[in-house]
Formats: sequence, C-alpha cells, structure tokens
Amino acid sequence: MGLIDRIVSKAIGRNVSPGEIVVINIDAVYAQDGTAPLVIDVVEKELELKRRVAVERAFFFIDHSSPAPHVAAATVHKEMRRFAKEYGVKLFDVGYGISHQVVVEDGLVRPGMVVVGADSHTPTIGAIGVYATGVGSTDAAIAMMFGMLWLKVPETAKVVLTGAMPKGVMSKDIALHIIGSIGTDGMLGRAVEFRGDTLKYLSVDSRMTLTNMCTEMSAESAIMPVDEVARKWLNERGYTIYRDVDWEKEDGYVDELIVEVSKLEPVVAAPPDVDNVKGVGEVSNVEVDQVFIGSCTNGRLEDIEIAARILHGRKVKDGVRCIVSPASRKVYMEALKRGYIDILASAGCTIAPPTCGPCVGAHMGLLAAGEVAVATTNRNFPGRMGHRDSKVYLSSPAVAAATAIEGRIADPRKYLS
Amino acid sequence: MIVRGKCWKLGDNISTDHIISGKYKFEAINDMNKMAVHVLEDVIPGFYKLVSKGDIIVGGRNFGKGSSREQAPRLLKLVGVGAIVAKSFAHIFYRNAINIGLPVIVAKIIPDVSETGDVVEVDISNGIVRNITKGVEERFTPFPKEILDILEVGGVVEYIKRYGGLPWSRGTR
Repeated sequence: MGLIDRIVSKAIGRNVSPGEIVVINIDAVYAQDGTAPLVIDVVEKELELKRRVAVERAFFFIDHSSPAPHVAAATVHKEMRRFAKEYGVKLFDVGYGISHQVVVEDGLVRPGMVVVGADSHTPTIGAIGVYATGVGSTDAAIAMMFGMLWLKVPETAKVVLTGAMPKGVMSKDIALHIIGSIGTDGMLGRAVEFRGDTLKYLSVDSRMTLTNMCTEMSAESAIMPVDEVARKWLNERGYTIYRDVDWEKEDGYVDELIVEVSKLEPVVAAPPDVDNVKGVGEVSNVEVDQVFIGSCTNGRLEDIEIAARILHGRKVKDGVRCIVSPASRKVYMEALKRGYIDILASAGCTIAPPTCGPCVGAHMGLLAAGEVAVATTNRNFPGRMGHRDSKVYLSSPAVAAATAIEGRIADPRKYLS
Repeated sequence: MIVRGKCWKLGDNISTDHIISGKYKFEAINDMNKMAVHVLEDVIPGFYKLVSKGDIIVGGRNFGKGSSREQAPRLLKLVGVGAIVAKSFAHIFYRNAINIGLPVIVAKIIPDVSETGDVVEVDISNGIVRNITKGVEERFTPFPKEILDILEVGGVVEYIKRYGGLPWSRGTR
C-alpha cells in the first residue's frame, strides 16, 4: 500500500487496492474563478439546490483573473461572492493568494486529508501529505453539496530522489528533468509518491513545486511523506496531522523511478511542450522579451528569495520586462519584511499582486506575436501566455532571474557564490 | 446502450485548450451555445457545423490533457458528439465526461485503424467498439454498473436527481 492507499483506507475504514472505485467523504473542496461559475450553475440550475454546503472546508478563490481585468471577470467575481455568502462557502478575494498556496499556508488542508480542487494543479498540496486531486466543476459542486465523491484509487509510482542539491539547481529543475525523461504522459493514470534522501534538503516550498509539476506528467495525484522537515514546518505553525498513517513504510508501487539529483544542472523546458527539456547552456542564445517569476509553481518565499539574491545590486537588462508576482499576500508581506521586494523593485522588476493571470494568459503580462518569455510557471503550450506565435521557456526562479539580468537565457550559477 | 456515427479522427495530446480555448471562458460563461462555435476550432475549423448528432471522435493518447475546464466535454456533447474513443484519457477530462454523460472509451486498435468518415459503433453496455467501414472490432473493459447507470441517465446530476444520491451510496441526499 502506498501513502494514498493508506489515507483512503483509513478514511473509509477498510483496506482498498489501486483501481478500486470508492465513495469517500471529502475533507476539503475548492474552486477558482475559472471553474467556480460552472460550479454555481451546476448547484443552482442543474441540481437545483438551495441550502448550505455540506463540507465545512469549502472554498472559492478569486485568483485567476484577479484583480478583474474586464467587466466579464468582474461579473463572475460578483456572482462568486453572492453564492459564497448564500451557500456558506469561504471566499478568498482579490489579492489573498493562489488557491494551492493559500490552503497549505493557512493550514486549511492538513496531512492525511482527502481534498479535491476544481483546478488541475491541486496535487500541489500533496507536498504536506494530503491526498489531493483535480476535478471538474460538476465534481466540485457534488463534493460541496453532498460532502462525498466517487474516486478510483490510483496506482502509485515511486520517484526516488537521491543526493544533495547542486548549486543553482532548484526543485523545478528536478521536476523538469523528470518530465523530460518520461514525457508529458509519463505518469498517466498514476499517482506519484516522492521518496529518497534528497527530501531532507527540500523545504515545503520546494516540495510544492515538485508535486505541482506532477500534473505536467499527467499524474492524477502526487504526495510526499510527513517526515522531519514537514513535521518541523507543521509544528512551527501549530498545524496538526488530520489523519495519521504510516508515513515511512515504502511499498505497493507499480513502478519506480530513481533520479540522481546530485548530477542535475539548471534546465529549461523549451516550447512547444513541457517535456522539451534542455540544459541552460543549450539555449543560451535565446533572447527574451519578458521574464515572469510567480504562479502556483514558483511564487513562494524561497522563489522570491533566490531571485532577490541573484538580482541584488544588479539590473534587469534594458528592453526586458521582469514581472514578479508573490503567490499569496503572506508571501508578499514576508518578502517585503525581508527586503526582497525592495531589491527586486530597485533592480527594475515590476511587482504584481498575487495572481495566476500571466501563467494562464489571462492578464498582467501577456505576450505579443513573436515575443519570447522565460517563466517559472508550469505550461508552455503555444499561446499559453498570449499570442499563439509567442514562445514560453519554463525554468526555475534562479534561471529566470539570471535571464532577466542578461536578456538571454542564462545560467544562474555564476551569480550564486 | 449503443452509439453509432461518423468518425472524426484526431491525434495524440488533444488538450482542453484545443477543445475550447481558455480565452473564451469569460465571453459566454453561462451561454454554452455561444461558446459552441469555437469548439475544436484550431483543429477542425467549423467543427460545430460539420459534426452530426451521434458522431464519434477517435483520438490518440492523453485525450483531454491540460486544464480541469469542464466546458470541454460539455461543448463536445452539446454539438452532438456521441462518444469519444481514444488510446488514453487525461484523468480530469475522463471524470468530467462521465459526469456529464458523454461515453469515453479506452481502445488500443480502433484509434490506429480509423479514419475520418468511417462509421464507428460503440456498444457501451457490452464493451465492444467496431469500425464498421474497416470491419475491425475490439473489446474494451466494460464499465461498472454504476458508471453505466450514470451514462444511461445522461450524467451524474441526472442520476442524483432521479435516485436521490450518488451511485454506490444511494439515499445520501
């Protein structure tokens, strides 16, 4: 039994096996302003229900087109606020932060919970031992109104990370390296469980980047054990384990992948897909128009910190727009307090509010035809961040910051002493 | 339950962005008919006009990858698609399709032999997919009864309204 099987077994009170379909109580459910409008329609127009939600931890996040870039979005946001009030959904409004970041940071989800989110990157929150999966709006509506959902228990593949993190290599590089090796459908129909001695070097921030990117391997879910690093993180915040399982036992996997982290180098995913992964040296002639540091993938404190370290006392190259968006207000406030925002703004970065906007091509830094961006986000499909003929290279925040300085894809190691 | 129609052959990795681009989601959020004219527009221009009721999409690997946007299967159903046969499906798309009553069939051979315009038939209850034109038949793992029930009544919302609860746990309403 892998970690997810153990959590599901404990939650429903009997042992389950991968492939089995179970009906399970949902501990938390959320949707964002891209998926919530259809949740509202399903509840009000299709299910025709008018009552309080059945789940205490039911959340709406206004994070995708936030603040509203046009009247249509403003109208959707208004509807979300009305519904939230009437049905008892807790709403996180403009500026509060990106859903996956907020639910972890604010302790709204806890280890051992079973959580669904109407957003494909919901597995991000598996970094603290949550069994989480992305769903559509109908599922989210049913989970909110009935407190349960049918789920097929996924098979689990183990990814073992070994060795220490080399200089200038971040967890994003590990994720991109894996996707480059196994392809964007490499984990289709499976969940990923991370193990190995590298975990002890990875903060919760770094872990969330890894679980987040499992969506780009087509994994249904991703999870990390609650180990010493996670326990320390939980204790510091006074957060408890919701459903305790044996976090240490390693068995029940359908497959195993070993990644020698200590041999990795900084990489990027070149267009047109996330598995087109290249060493930074191979693409050092690529000139960029824009750099974006942020998103549910890499907008956390550690990400802002490395960008500030690299840009400290340096300037964003003339002709390059460098946009930095902390993933939540808490990250923003902490970055302010530590002086990172000062460093970044002084270097010529534009500080944006917490938002998914640029990553999903909604607003706050779209690309014109022919423009090239380096972004710390998660997808580089054609047109993802704007015009269909613009190009997106995905990278770590370290590579992104070095690129902002040089105006072409750059190796961050020379800026890190 | 049998669906029979003309085949529309698509390749691997058809994403929810291909099916309905994210840029339309605020234009007609509560008006699926308005959004329907854009369905698959970059893959098969004019698809919404060309498709007939009951037609079957035959795709490759990882059909429906990308965002959790449920408008994707809803719009395909709305314009008349009767079933999707593919080598594999992205997990959220697969759930969404079943939830809205659009049959999604995993098949190994049919996607390789089928061409646009062939007549394809899916016997959902018995787990058989046939390309009538090519004379090829393939069996697939039949759905559990509960999923068949969802598909037969036209989706999980209809199921809940009719039976008063989720499949596997009737009576929870």
